[in-house]
Amino acid sequence: MMPEGVTSLNKPAAQPSEDLLIRHIQDGEHEVFYELIRPYERCVYRTAFAILRNEADAEDVAQEAMLKAFKNIGQFRGESRFSTWLIQITVNEARMWRRKEHAHLMEPIVNREGVEGNYVPRDFADWREIPSETLERKEIRDKLAEALESLGHIYRDVFVLRDMQHLSIEESARALGVSAASVKTRLLRARLMLRDLLAPGLGGNWSTRLPFAKGTKPW
Amino acid sequence: MVVNCEQVWQEISNYLDDDVDVDVDLRAAMEAHFRECKRCRAVLEGTRNVIQLYGDERMIDVPLGFGHRLQRRLEDNMQSRRRRFLGWMVAAAAAVLVTGSFEIARSSVFRRPELRSEHAQAGSGLPPDMMIVVSPNGKIFHASGCPFIHDKAHVRTIVVREAIKEGYAPCVRCMKKYLRADLSSPESLADAQR
Ligand SMILES: [Zn+2]
Ligand SMILES: [Zn+2]
Repeated sequence: MMPEGVTSLNKPAAQPSEDLLIRHIQDGEHEVFYELIRPYERCVYRTAFAILRNEADAEDVAQEAMLKAFKNIGQFRGESRFSTWLIQITVNEARMWRRKEHAHLMEPIVNREGVEGNYVPRDFADWREIPSETLERKEIRDKLAEALESLGHIYRDVFVLRDMQHLSIEESARALGVSAASVKTRLLRARLMLRDLLAPGLGGNWSTRLPFAKGTKPW
Repeated sequence: MVVNCEQVWQEISNYLDDDVDVDVDLRAAMEAHFRECKRCRAVLEGTRNVIQLYGDERMIDVPLGFGHRLQRRLEDNMQSRRRRFLGWMVAAAAAVLVTGSFEIARSSVFRRPELRSEHAQAGSGLPPDMMIVVSPNGKIFHASGCPFIHDKAHVRTIVVREAIKEGYAPCVRCMKKYLRADLSSPESLADAQR
């Protein structure tokens, strides 16, 4: 343990050691693969869960994605960050899974690809404060999850990558195989739709019971 | 340049993103509009809240034991590869020896470090002495230029170590490079908390 004051501040960023790990794995030292992905395993799970909304599926997909990353590590050329590459693999796995599992389900018409007209906010309730401890409350997390789930896939996927996994517009576009412009349009819609869904309930008094309008979708 | 509400709504998402370029004139026109228009202000604040809430990793719980099960799955996968490889390469007697040494190597590399608390990972890559800002009623600390700072007029500049001690959590947006890059220094959070 380092003495106080002499901390890791002067250490180089994580990048070199991550590059080094990757090179070792590419050279056949497979045992260190877990070290490489450990910092991201939770991100990978959360990405899969946000897309699939089911714990068991998310865990399977997360494991599959990391095995796939392991098998394909030889192809990783460091053109993007490793974490981004891993999240992109995860999104693809999750979407493949969803297609396989839910091929029979139809998406609501309004949410299908191609409907990308201007979105107009429906609600103008004031929603100023968001105390951070809000998220410690399960009922709040459930409301947020419910709202996210009600978005069409194309909006949800963009939102997950961009606002939950913090990928850039270009990285999200590459992961989803769509244009950057399309990412921006979908992101705008996703954010505004979520705000419309949540503002009436969460914008009110936090300490009182939440009058979250059930089943009323403003679009 | 003057913009109306509809134009504001179409640009509001880009306006909020620190890594998306919005034309300087347009940004100024939007700022002027927000000062005058209560409705658009409500949309702006609400959208910002959406981004902040969903960007928080507490949004999704990771199931207990996830890391261990993953680790086991990877080990199984690598062992079966190794077994195929060895069976193919060497005689049975030699294989026993080699496998033995592989086992030792593997168990040392794969040992999982002591579990940190659920959210510890969030701060573990942060340099404890980095200057950051906090606002009196916020719970999040930011880099000084972050657009997600609340109550900009009353911020206080302190170092990461103090902020963590006072119970602030890192902003997932402006601190993200540290939150991602925590591979090399799991001890820095412990340092920060001292
Ligand atoms: Zn307006
Ligand atoms: Zn910030």
